[in-house]
Amino acid sequence: MAVVKLQTPIPEEEIRKLKAGDIIYISGIVYLSRDEAHLRALEYAEEGKELPLDFKGLALFHCGPIVKQDDKGEWHVVAAGPTTSSRMEIFQDKYIEKFRVSVVIGKGGMFDRTATAMKKYGAVYGAFTGGAAVLAAKAVKKVKAVEWLDLGTPEALWVFEVEEFGPLTVAIDTHGNNLFKDVATIAEKNREKAYDILGVSKE
Amino acid sequence: MEFAPIIEKVAFNLLKYAATVLPENAIKAIKTAYENETNPVGKSQLEAIIKNFETGSKLRIPMCQDTGIHIYYVEIGADSPIEDLGKIKEVLTNASKRATTEVPMRPNAVDPFGSNSGDNTGRYIPWINWEIVPGDKIKITALPKGGGSENMSTVKMLKPGVGIKGVMKEVLDWMIQAGGQPCPPTVVGVAVGGGADIAIKIAKKQLMRPIGEPHPQKEVAEIEKKLKAAINITGIGPMGLGGQTTCLAVHMDYAHRHPASLPMAIAVQCWAARQSAAEISADGKVKYLHHTIKE
Repeated sequence: MAVVKLQTPIPEEEIRKLKAGDIIYISGIVYLSRDEAHLRALEYAEEGKELPLDFKGLALFHCGPIVKQDDKGEWHVVAAGPTTSSRMEIFQDKYIEKFRVSVVIGKGGMFDRTATAMKKYGAVYGAFTGGAAVLAAKAVKKVKAVEWLDLGTPEALWVFEVEEFGPLTVAIDTHGNNLFKDVATIAEKNREKAYDILGVSKE
Repeated sequence: MEFAPIIEKVAFNLLKYAATVLPENAIKAIKTAYENETNPVGKSQLEAIIKNFETGSKLRIPMCQDTGIHIYYVEIGADSPIEDLGKIKEVLTNASKRATTEVPMRPNAVDPFGSNSGDNTGRYIPWINWEIVPGDKIKITALPKGGGSENMSTVKMLKPGVGIKGVMKEVLDWMIQAGGQPCPPTVVGVAVGGGADIAIKIAKKQLMRPIGEPHPQKEVAEIEKKLKAAINITGIGPMGLGGQTTCLAVHMDYAHRHPASLPMAIAVQCWAARQSAAEISADGKVKYLHHTIKE
């Protein structure tokens, strides 16, 4: 379990060195997208339209933040914890293939389609502690930009300049490991022991 | 006597403190779990959780960006001298609106046929649970409940033949399936009996008990203990990343049931077990029960 500090844009070889269970901290650019911003980015790619930001080598964060705008129109992040990543499973593989993001940050883990794309194109899934919205907001040094505000503040494409954003636990690496899948297998194995405690049978 | 102006101020404080400062019993439960956790990944998650809520509390900012849907429990003493009962709903709604901009809390009230109201209020929201209780005091509890854990709550109508053992198995199977999704370590509220609506109401009320305080009835307390041990032996762990702390407590209660029905409900609370309550006595004096709040 190594602790690794990364700077965006992150070179592919750095990503391929990471192993499930490692702790990472990211400095540089973390940008936010939930369901709607994923859809729009993929639409742009399909239509050949230019994206407001080159996602290559950056960290994508599944998050709908609490933000505040001051009198001068500047945005500030109040709280920004992760949302459930599994909702993005339906298009995350295509997204990684098209845009080559290096790190996908969220909570609850992702499944085989995403893991396969991560292995092929060199990306990892970084699990951020669910609800740890204060830690996330504290690592944000500046709101660099916001795009697609028409989607609403929780769904917009926020671009954050961050310093040591983390800790993120590498849960899916490029070597075929998936911590969430491992834990599910362990829980399945332990089901019998749990039934014994309750004095019930499997039926 | 008019209580509405006091209640409006109190409700705002309750929301603010619930969102930003964990009750002492929740802090203690998580810290104890951290000390006992042996899985390094699980321990790192608990460490992040502790660092997060300690910083949130110090800076008075919400510990989680999902500041929940606004739920109040209002208990009115039957002998309370209150004369403006009809205004309570209005002032609680005002408190929710004010907390949205001033704490701030994320606007979480969405019209299923339209858009986000933007101020945490709307049709039936904030939801108010009313109860008439003995005595002359008024008690207000704010329980802002996050969506991730609420998505893992459920009601099941079992066959009476499966008995309490059947209920226990359902709880365990459900929590294994939930895995890391409700942001563990969780508090699991369980209710048996009543009816579908009664069961989920009782289950949710269990989330207001101090974490780990056993049910006063010995046989129920015994089941709570077994369920906690069973859920924790699964190894799901903090945030579903592995470890022995999957739940902090199981709180159970029951109601008598129809001979043909065995309703059961599970209400799941994420690690951010946010709540705050206050008691207002007949002379208008306010006593906060979870937080030290200066007026």
